[in-house]
Amino acid sequence: MRAWNLIKIYTVLVYIFMFAPVAVVLLLAFNSSQFGGFPIEGFSLRWFAKLFENEAIMRAFETSLILGVLTAFFATTLGILASLALVRYKVPGKEWITTLLISPVLVPETVLAVGLLIFLRWLSMPRSFAVLLLGHTMIALPFVVLVVQARLVGIRKEYEEAARSLGANPLQTFFQVTLPLLMPAVFAGALFAFTISFDNITATIFWRPAGSETVPTQIFGMLRNSVSPEINALGFVMIVITVGVPLMAGGLARYFARKR
Amino acid sequence: MAQVELRGVTKSFGAFLAVKTVDIDFQEGSFTTLLGPSGCGKTTILRMIAGLEKPTGGDILIGGRRVNDVPVHKRNLGIVFQNYALFPHKTIGENIAFGLKYRGVSRADAAKKVSDALDIVRLPGVEDRYPTQLSGGQQQRIALARAIVIEPDVLLLDEPLSALDANLREELRVELKTIQHRIGVTSVFVTHDQSEALAMSDRIVVMSAGRVQQQGEPEEVYNAPATEFVASFLGAANLIEATVASADGADVVVDTRHFGRFAVPKKAANGLGPGARGKVVARAEKLKLYPAASAPEGGVSAPGTVEATDYQGQIVRYFVRVGDIQLQSVGMIDGSPFQEGTEIAVGIRPDECVVLPAEEPSE
Repeated sequence: MRAWNLIKIYTVLVYIFMFAPVAVVLLLAFNSSQFGGFPIEGFSLRWFAKLFENEAIMRAFETSLILGVLTAFFATTLGILASLALVRYKVPGKEWITTLLISPVLVPETVLAVGLLIFLRWLSMPRSFAVLLLGHTMIALPFVVLVVQARLVGIRKEYEEAARSLGANPLQTFFQVTLPLLMPAVFAGALFAFTISFDNITATIFWRPAGSETVPTQIFGMLRNSVSPEINALGFVMIVITVGVPLMAGGLARYFARKR
Repeated sequence: MAQVELRGVTKSFGAFLAVKTVDIDFQEGSFTTLLGPSGCGKTTILRMIAGLEKPTGGDILIGGRRVNDVPVHKRNLGIVFQNYALFPHKTIGENIAFGLKYRGVSRADAAKKVSDALDIVRLPGVEDRYPTQLSGGQQQRIALARAIVIEPDVLLLDEPLSALDANLREELRVELKTIQHRIGVTSVFVTHDQSEALAMSDRIVVMSAGRVQQQGEPEEVYNAPATEFVASFLGAANLIEATVASADGADVVVDTRHFGRFAVPKKAANGLGPGARGKVVARAEKLKLYPAASAPEGGVSAPGTVEATDYQGQIVRYFVRVGDIQLQSVGMIDGSPFQEGTEIAVGIRPDECVVLPAEEPSE
């Protein structure tokens, strides 16, 4: 019994360790004090107001959103195509291609970032939004491939064979049968890609064009001067987006599944 | 409707030869079964007719046209899969209408055809449900409706009953045969279940290890097996070693170690001449057991012992030891069945036996 209690206490401590930093940001976002730290003096929304007035932050926000959505789009499209090729078709060197596709997850991001920069210099291409998008797509792609591939393996080939026997050509079969059955994985993959892009800082610092900031690099820049309470408010917004969007999407998916 | 012909078709997967030079004619409007154990190449043949696999060699003709290079979606075939393969995200109506969409059928006509097809499979009015809301047997009927609504040239059935439980399987097999008969579509049915094959087919093609062992009508294949494999795969058969003693006149006389010398009809002896070694095939249900001392006079019989019994309700299966071989006997229960260990006499009826030539041990 005593051992059991110890395990309980230990579990609670682990959770506190994991979530205390997040809780601190969430709490301090509403602190009326003009220093971004304890003690809490009172409840206030003024840091949110200031946040929305700060043009640099709003611009960074816009960049991050566009970048995230485009990354999700390209990584998902490429991921679906790659998974189809690897699961449904005979491709020579399948195992190698899979390993290579997954490798950006394993390679340290700094190395990846430097590598891409050197490669682009060799091509004499300047840093630009397109480069940033390319890089983010590269980082997000493995996650999409893993999710979509896992789902595709579970979809029996007979569905596609039945569709084809009934007269649908390969493209019609894909849009009528394969894609709808793949949708939950496509959706999850796209959310993954968006969140990964929205959160990324290490590689982004290397790749972003001069004068352009994403939300994480903007926060990083602001931190160099002082911990402004605005950052806490911004942190709050980011947590809401990166946690809230997938939760909401999951809820919607369940709702529609039940309705059927 | 069309005739399907396989001419010298082979198929290899890497080094593995799945189908070895097969010639089969599927007559227009017939119901032909490809029967064999798993891995015998029957499903591979079906998939090649469907266009889901490409033959390594030989030609496949549908309605006289060579279709080796025609893709699946242009072959106009209906396929019914073992696991139904109904599109789970579409309603029953959408599932059945799927093939009509690609045949330029108008919406109104399609709705009519869908409801007609549902009538044929006796599930009217389920258009708006989803596949998961139906039972396995119902789903397989929908799959059949989806395959026949496009009026295919050939209907391909890949073990369509194997996923169903026993009672339903028998019910659906009668229905399937009735529907096929009514619409008269050339059908190719793949199964490993000999009773399905015997009950449903106009013709049976027995396969083993990528080769056709025998083709013919169910009775022909059952009563006059051409090889030991066919004899033992369809029903339970006893193979008794024999040597031909003489082959003149209307009968062929064979010598067996266990049942002595007896005569079988010449046509049942597969042209074996004097001195040839072979095996007498006696079906389990043709083997009669008598109490030890009361074997009928003049019959062919041998003394034996009941080693094991397998009681199945209205019938019983005996495993009988005769000298150094074990024989099987199946019979309706008449009075009380023999107990294990009982001394009995085993009688065979020579006019119902077939003699097969001894086989060289193959590969």
